[in-house]
Amino acid sequence: MKLRLDGRIVYRGVLVLFVSVFLLSGCRTMEPVLDVGAALGVSTGVVTSGQAESIRRSAVAVGKTFEDITPEQEYYMGRAVAATILGRYRPYPDEEANRYVNLVGQTLAQASDRPETFGGYHFLILDADEINAFAAPGGFILVTRGMLRLCQNEDQVAAVLAHEIAHIQGRDGLRSIRSGRLTSALTILAAEGMKNLGSGELAQVTEAFEGSVSDITATLLNNGYSRDLEREADRCALMFLGRVGYDPGALTTVLKQMESRTQKSGSGFGRTHPDPIERIMDLGGKPAGVSRPAVPAARQARFQQALGNV
Amino acid sequence: MKPIRAVSVFCIVFLLASTAWSGPPAAMSVQVQTGQVRSEPSFLGAVLASLAYGDRIDVIGQQGDWMEVAVPGGSRGWMHRSALTKKKVVLNAGWQDVGTGASSDELALAGKGFNAETEGLFRERHRQADFLWVDRMERFVVYPEEMLAFLKEGGVKPLKGGAR
Repeated sequence: MKLRLDGRIVYRGVLVLFVSVFLLSGCRTMEPVLDVGAALGVSTGVVTSGQAESIRRSAVAVGKTFEDITPEQEYYMGRAVAATILGRYRPYPDEEANRYVNLVGQTLAQASDRPETFGGYHFLILDADEINAFAAPGGFILVTRGMLRLCQNEDQVAAVLAHEIAHIQGRDGLRSIRSGRLTSALTILAAEGMKNLGSGELAQVTEAFEGSVSDITATLLNNGYSRDLEREADRCALMFLGRVGYDPGALTTVLKQMESRTQKSGSGFGRTHPDPIERIMDLGGKPAGVSRPAVPAARQARFQQALGNV
Repeated sequence: MKPIRAVSVFCIVFLLASTAWSGPPAAMSVQVQTGQVRSEPSFLGAVLASLAYGDRIDVIGQQGDWMEVAVPGGSRGWMHRSALTKKKVVLNAGWQDVGTGASSDELALAGKGFNAETEGLFRERHRQADFLWVDRMERFVVYPEEMLAFLKEGGVKPLKGGAR
């Protein structure tokens, strides 16, 4: 028997397979953005080329790009970023509401591509009317009362938190550190190896730490991430929602609600995030006619119980 | 080569390359404070054991982002890739470790770089930063069994297999 394959059928089959593999792959891979070698200061005469090579080799053991920052180091940066934000926003100490947000958020985080960070994921409500949420490195996620008031059900709370978890997974905060800062700290550590740092070196490392925290905080509070990173975070959020069993359409719904409530010139999400309508379009959705599947009564009841008065 | 055939060949090569299995590393270290060992490669799997930062485990298999590991004591379980590193985590590093690890990309130096000491200095300079509430935040812990009960109670039905 002679087997004859139609070229178009083969082509379609291969294309379907190709697209399937793409969709099944994870949200994002992390690519290096820094080159320690390029920033060692050889050209400026800070170190000789021989020293630079030695440092370059040693730096491998300590870390050479933002992605080589260990989860432990990321954790300490995240603590300082969260503490800085908490110096500007008061926490909302309602135990039941915070417990509920942690139940939703920590469960979602387990379904991400990065379920384990050094210190785990933790969520806290901020006592602020503005619509906003922040993801400090390592898993410290802060969400305002204003943002939670915008949510009409648990699925929408999950959508907001999933977006922040995606920023943690992508280590987006660390990407906003200016390259020179990390390199200076890593260079000192690499050059000094395991010796106890002298007070001068410790001061320099602390300065790099402060600068990194400042860069991340400025991005979270004022500048925002690029539209590409936001688009990616939304895409990952849809994935996490689907895996856990929440309605992925809740993200589009909450974005639509955000659009009607935020002002571009105002504070919070309106200033640091792309226009919600653009984000909805990026997700392939239509701003109007968003579906809202019925939320089970027990789920809605516990949402009302925990966040009804937030 | 016709365009359709060229695209097909490219796709096949891509698929072969992306699905090539190079095998998991034989031994890995826990790179988080508490690494969870689960009964199956899913976030829905029961937690069989918890391992500490720096613990070495033997990897005996891999499924997506999940590593099948031999737990000290003899049993087997699954750990997510995000909890593990190929590097050996040195908890109390000394000069000797640098000598062997500096050019080998094999060591992760615990407690080096940004650490509790750096945080202490940061706190002295930034009195307005509220670490008290960060500490409180860290005490918000949801255990795996609580997550499963929460999902069930709310009629939230995870996809079979869940996280990769």
